Amino acid sequence: MADQKTLAEQSGDTPYRRMTRPMEGRLLGGVAQGLAAQLKLDPVVVRLMFVLLSVVNGVGVVAYAVLWMVTPRQAPQRVEPQRDWSQLAAFTAIGMALFAFGWLTGASQGGIGMLPFAVGGIGALILWQQADPERRRTWMSGAALSIRKNRVRTLLGVALVVVGAVGFLYSQGELAQARPGLMFTVVVVGGLAVIATPWLAGLWKELQLERRERIRQEERAEVAAMVHDSVLHTLTLIQRVAHDPREVSRLARSQERELRNWLYQPAQDADATLAAAVRRIAAEEEDAHGVPIEVVCVGDIDLDQQGRLGAMLKAARQAMVNAAKYSESPAISVYAEVEGEEVTIFVKDRGKGFDLEAVPLDRMGIRESIIGRMERHGGSARVRTDPGEGTEVMLTMKVEMA
Amino acid sequence: MTRVLIVDDHRLFRSGVRAELGDSIEVVGEAEDVESAVKAIAAHQPDVVLLDVHMPGGGGQEVLRRVLGSGSQVRFLALSVSDAAEDVIGVIRGGARGYVTKNISGKELTDAIRRVAEGDAVFSPRLAGFVLDAFASSEAPSIDPELDSLTQREREVLRLIARGYAYKEVAKELFISVKTVETHVSSVLRKLQLSNRHELSRWATARRLV
Repeated sequence: MADQKTLAEQSGDTPYRRMTRPMEGRLLGGVAQGLAAQLKLDPVVVRLMFVLLSVVNGVGVVAYAVLWMVTPRQAPQRVEPQRDWSQLAAFTAIGMALFAFGWLTGASQGGIGMLPFAVGGIGALILWQQADPERRRTWMSGAALSIRKNRVRTLLGVALVVVGAVGFLYSQGELAQARPGLMFTVVVVGGLAVIATPWLAGLWKELQLERRERIRQEERAEVAAMVHDSVLHTLTLIQRVAHDPREVSRLARSQERELRNWLYQPAQDADATLAAAVRRIAAEEEDAHGVPIEVVCVGDIDLDQQGRLGAMLKAARQAMVNAAKYSESPAISVYAEVEGEEVTIFVKDRGKGFDLEAVPLDRMGIRESIIGRMERHGGSARVRTDPGEGTEVMLTMKVEMA
Repeated sequence: MTRVLIVDDHRLFRSGVRAELGDSIEVVGEAEDVESAVKAIAAHQPDVVLLDVHMPGGGGQEVLRRVLGSGSQVRFLALSVSDAAEDVIGVIRGGARGYVTKNISGKELTDAIRRVAEGDAVFSPRLAGFVLDAFASSEAPSIDPELDSLTQREREVLRLIARGYAYKEVAKELFISVKTVETHVSSVLRKLQLSNRHELSRWATARRLV
């Protein structure tokens, strides 16, 4: 249809342009195409108009013949372009079917009485064609979507209607008479389908393209949001606290961790497995105290219901807090391992260490929150430390494998 | 004096490493992509190449393939911001003798370079964790038992490294010499590189963790 548009645009500047019959893409004599270009309509609309008018009382045929005679032929740019036979066949089929339908139902005898229907049909076609392409697309895609969504219901509905109509006709004893009419209806619908298919296919392809573009844009927006919300934000914060090296490195590490998670880590539920929970706790304490905590996990296990691993995680958190707060170690190593039915967590620092015997009895951190808690839940905790040697807390817990 | 070549596509990072490395190490050159790295390695014949994993033109693995494929004896230490198992295992299988992350301190990096130059392997806690995980996760029958599994002692050494112990501390803990620790680690590295268990690579790909 592009050639008609360019044709119309080219001849648009001349004030009194003459209607011509283009040979390119014609079905019969190119009259419909020429008229369409003149009226700035889609040739399909004009063709259907001719078919309708011909069926109702033959006006279409006469009009076509007259126009054919008075309009000059447009010189073909290529050597004798071919007719589009499949389209011509489709229009012919529609015309014949409509004619047969009118003849069977006696409508064509009504002559003038049928004219309003023909005019109404043509008007609807022109309206459809003149509608804003954007709006037409939303109509179409809306319909397609709802059909696809409710495919079963649509099929069921159609089947019910068909069964109901057939049943009604049968009970009235009119099925035999209605059969040819039904057949021609099917032919009309088939013809319309043949005409509309290429156009619908193009529309569909365009829709797909648009969807892909939209997905790409959404992804880009997500990346932009991530960069904006966290990275830019952190960079701003870092500039503001530039005088405090500890805070700067804390911010940088926290941002680094967030970015890594976003880039590499599959979405993990921190409350579902041991390794994820250890990582989350380490990240929280790192943020709270500004001491880097390196986590290494080997193996993994789902957190249990009895809360044993939960207690173990609390003890591990307490060990990290102690190391971060009191050891003065530049970094803390956490190692969690699941091997067979044994879960072990090590929290190690290279800080100043302490004399375990010298810790006063009322200090709850190690005795109660770590050792006591582990033992109450059937595990064990050992603390290895000496002044100047750093500290390592070892937590062990037996679990039953599912 | 250990002669080192830095291969990294970030100029800022190259100058940062250059400034951090102490007097015991001489930086003989820099390269910023696969092509220039291969050329510079051939021209300078350094003791150790500090190799970035992600680079234009195929990355660190491509450099390893082309240099080691031509029969060169240059030693590589991989240095990367990525801690993804895929990258770590990939570059070790490609022939690097160690893997450290870029947030390593200058002193630790100097130690690691010296160790690689002497022919030993450098395992970060995370790499040790990956190896333990990779060799433990498989229950499939191995083709070559010697290569496809770790000895009890190697496991112990790796576990201590994963816990954050330095080689010296590992030696003290297990009542063995530092040299013996290095031997165990080198043996693990050899297994990691030569074991034809395809699960190893598959495991690394499946586990896209930091």
